[in-house]
Amino acid sequence: MVKFTEQERDVVRAVWEKVDVDEIGPEALIRVLITYPWTERYFGKFGDLFSISAVSTNAKLAEHGKVVLRSLGRAVEDMDNIKKTYAELSRLHCEKIHVDPDNFRLLADCITITIACKLKSTFNSNVQATWQKFLTAVVEAMTSQYN
Amino acid sequence: MTSLTPRDKDTIKAFMAKASVYAEEIGKDALCRMIAVYPQTKTYFSHWKDVSPTSGHVKKHGITIMNAVADAVSKLDDLKGGLLSLSELHAFTLRVDPANFKILSHNILVVMAILFPEEFTPEVHVSMDKFLAAVALSLAEKYR
Repeated sequence: MVKFTEQERDVVRAVWEKVDVDEIGPEALIRVLITYPWTERYFGKFGDLFSISAVSTNAKLAEHGKVVLRSLGRAVEDMDNIKKTYAELSRLHCEKIHVDPDNFRLLADCITITIACKLKSTFNSNVQATWQKFLTAVVEAMTSQYN
Repeated sequence: MTSLTPRDKDTIKAFMAKASVYAEEIGKDALCRMIAVYPQTKTYFSHWKDVSPTSGHVKKHGITIMNAVADAVSKLDDLKGGLLSLSELHAFTLRVDPANFKILSHNILVVMAILFPEEFTPEVHVSMDKFLAAVALSLAEKYR
């Protein structure tokens, strides 16, 4: 189990406080689909995602971005039980949605970059290191039920 | 995966024209972040007395790397040819596991996002990601 110090928890919470889920969620997911276009395969029912402008204006995708980022908030609230928090979602992504778990890492990187755009220089290397430790724990938890 | 379209090349040249003025800052910060966030990368710098993220060695080396990346923009039409001697250096002398090129690339992108939050749109992001991936591939060319 990943252990976080009090200081690390404070850092993660401080970053999260500055995150507007309804703004960052859609932006991060749009970045994923534009930067890594093969991820479109998982959104076949969302309609037109075949151009940069289509991705950027797709309402279903934006809504899903909010859902995904709200879910990250659950990990922030209970940093001692990240694996348990995502066990069911992990099973879902493996057994029903069939998502290659490497995509969780890609999403995590895009969330980081989107947050970096927002927080700018307050997202310094120490903050990034702690944030990365947190996201790595989330990615591991999302991969944990794969078989 | 790493073929750069004409549109990518235009985007890369335009963005790097702005960013290369800050090449030293970007290089220093990206390498510092790589070492701070992915400590396993320190293993390549064990010959330095101080491998902490803010050490003078790290800053200097970050500048060297980012200047080379900025220079690679002028070789966009033939990265393999243009980066041949750097590839030989990385293959035969430095022997850096190419997985680490991805890690450094990510950190370069994070720094660019911080310095250019408005300009670093998803379109610029994808072209820059492809550019750094193409540079990394050219660096790995001579590995095996």
